[in-house]
Amino acid sequence: METLEVGKVSPEYISTLPPQRSLFTRVTSALFRSPIGVAGAAIVGFVILLAVIGPQISPHDAVDHNLRSRFKPPGYSDSSGSYALGTDQLGRDILSRIIAGSRVSVLVGIVSVLIAGTIGVTYGLVSGFVGGLVDTVMMRVVDALLSIPFIVLVVAISGVVGAGLGTLILILGCTGWVTYARVIRGEVLKVREMEYVTAAYALGQNRPMVMLRHVLPNVISSAIVLAAVQVAVTILAESSLSFLGLGVKTPTVTWGLMLADGKAYINSAWWMTFYPGMAITITVLGVVFLGDWLRDFLDPNIRARA
Amino acid sequence: MREFIITRFFQLIVTMFIVSLLVFLMVRLRGDPISIMAPPIFNEEQIQALRAAWGFDRPVLEQYVTFLRKAVTGDFGISFFQRLPAMEVVIDRMGNSWLLAAVASLIGLTIAVPLGILSALKRNSLLDFASTALASLGTAMPSFWLGLMLIIIFSVYLRILPSFGALEPKAIIMPSVTLGVGMAARLSRLTRSAMLEVLNQDYVRTARSKGLQSKTVVTRHALRNALIPVVTVFGLQLGWLLGGSVVVESVFAWPGLGRLMVESINVRDITVVQAGLFWFSLSFILINYALDALYMLIDPRIRIG
Repeated sequence: METLEVGKVSPEYISTLPPQRSLFTRVTSALFRSPIGVAGAAIVGFVILLAVIGPQISPHDAVDHNLRSRFKPPGYSDSSGSYALGTDQLGRDILSRIIAGSRVSVLVGIVSVLIAGTIGVTYGLVSGFVGGLVDTVMMRVVDALLSIPFIVLVVAISGVVGAGLGTLILILGCTGWVTYARVIRGEVLKVREMEYVTAAYALGQNRPMVMLRHVLPNVISSAIVLAAVQVAVTILAESSLSFLGLGVKTPTVTWGLMLADGKAYINSAWWMTFYPGMAITITVLGVVFLGDWLRDFLDPNIRARA
Repeated sequence: MREFIITRFFQLIVTMFIVSLLVFLMVRLRGDPISIMAPPIFNEEQIQALRAAWGFDRPVLEQYVTFLRKAVTGDFGISFFQRLPAMEVVIDRMGNSWLLAAVASLIGLTIAVPLGILSALKRNSLLDFASTALASLGTAMPSFWLGLMLIIIFSVYLRILPSFGALEPKAIIMPSVTLGVGMAARLSRLTRSAMLEVLNQDYVRTARSKGLQSKTVVTRHALRNALIPVVTVFGLQLGWLLGGSVVVESVFAWPGLGRLMVESINVRDITVVQAGLFWFSLSFILINYALDALYMLIDPRIRIG
């Protein structure tokens, strides 16, 4: 009789298993099975593409004034070219400005969320893992920060620190971490009671090692799902702040600033307000769709129920 | 239950204490608050005088103790801009904000709860599909943009509603609808999933199998349980509502606390900003405290457990 070594699987058995698929294949094939996921990925991909190759495909310069073609409605065209979405109070092409504005949204959405995620996951991990009085104090700080509405907090800080794209990204990053901290801490509390964590201790691993190798990988999917939500929140926050004049300043082009211009001329030029807002809505919708899909993909429990 | 209420009360005190520290530190993020407050035309001597008058030349710890001692009594100093106690300026605007938040919540709940329940009951129907689509759209839309669109339709073209201020009763319609729609979008999906969860529970199946009418099952067994998470999220959504009010109040020039915050930041009126932040925080914490108590009233499991 053939003897099997412990820990070794017979080649016959391996040949009966389905072929191992790479992470990329698994993600993409799951994505293409979900219409919402495809829609979200398409929108987000398109906006990122615009942000990257914007200046090459932009029909006009986004900041060039052309006072002879001020307040032209959508579809207007003259000797200087056509303006599909109309022009603003300085004769600048709305379409070109929307393309230019996608840069700020993409940049703010990605960088701020990365900063916030890193701080928040670390904070939540430490708080949940250390526990005790440290945890209590750390969570009261989170409660305190969450009790002030996000926008109000950001408005106040940017009023004190000053505005500008770089500063704004930092402010949004340094205030947005609180949500992660709370969610991750809750997940850590669950995971640290799991048997595999006890087993890791039993095998003689030290606490930082257990935290990084066994707890962190099991809570990170919650952080990823949350990050998608936070990208949407952050993009909306940036547009609100720039709209209020407390965020990014001209000559940088952002959708929020375009809306502020639009509001000033709301009685005569609706297109100055309508299109930038549509750009924000569609972008955020794409992020929300992608986030919904990610949540279902990463949480098999929800997948089974749906 | 009593123990819970007392424990939560102490947590509330500790949280507010940390908030006071945050509010104190926030205006010092760039060092001395005088650098933010002083008009640019001031010379060094005038700045020194101002600094001494506001006590910013004292040690930071001493400044904080003074700040805290006064803050407990509601004294945040004099508004640099309006020459009135900062708290008075804030309270003066509070009423308008509360009114707006209340009407917006009412609109939000009136839309979200029935829509969420109907979507859950008629799952995968056209209504369910449409309400999910509208909810996604409502979440993605910047609330202030919706407000601007309403202004274009109802003030610029139809000319039936005022686009700013609070001078006539109908002025509240657009700002509250703007905020209410955003809230409804966030709450309706949640109501739907809470309702679906409850409809799958054993006790609902039992109620059905003992021959109760569908209507009775829904109203007496399912709805009450489905509303529990809705109450919690409603409390958290208030944070969104208060935050959204900052921008929406600015769009409609609604004389509330949110707009006051933006105005005060713009003129560097830091005492009013501090008092405002404190109020935002306190009201959010108190409402959630009250909702937690309410939560226990409607869910006996927590009261006993």
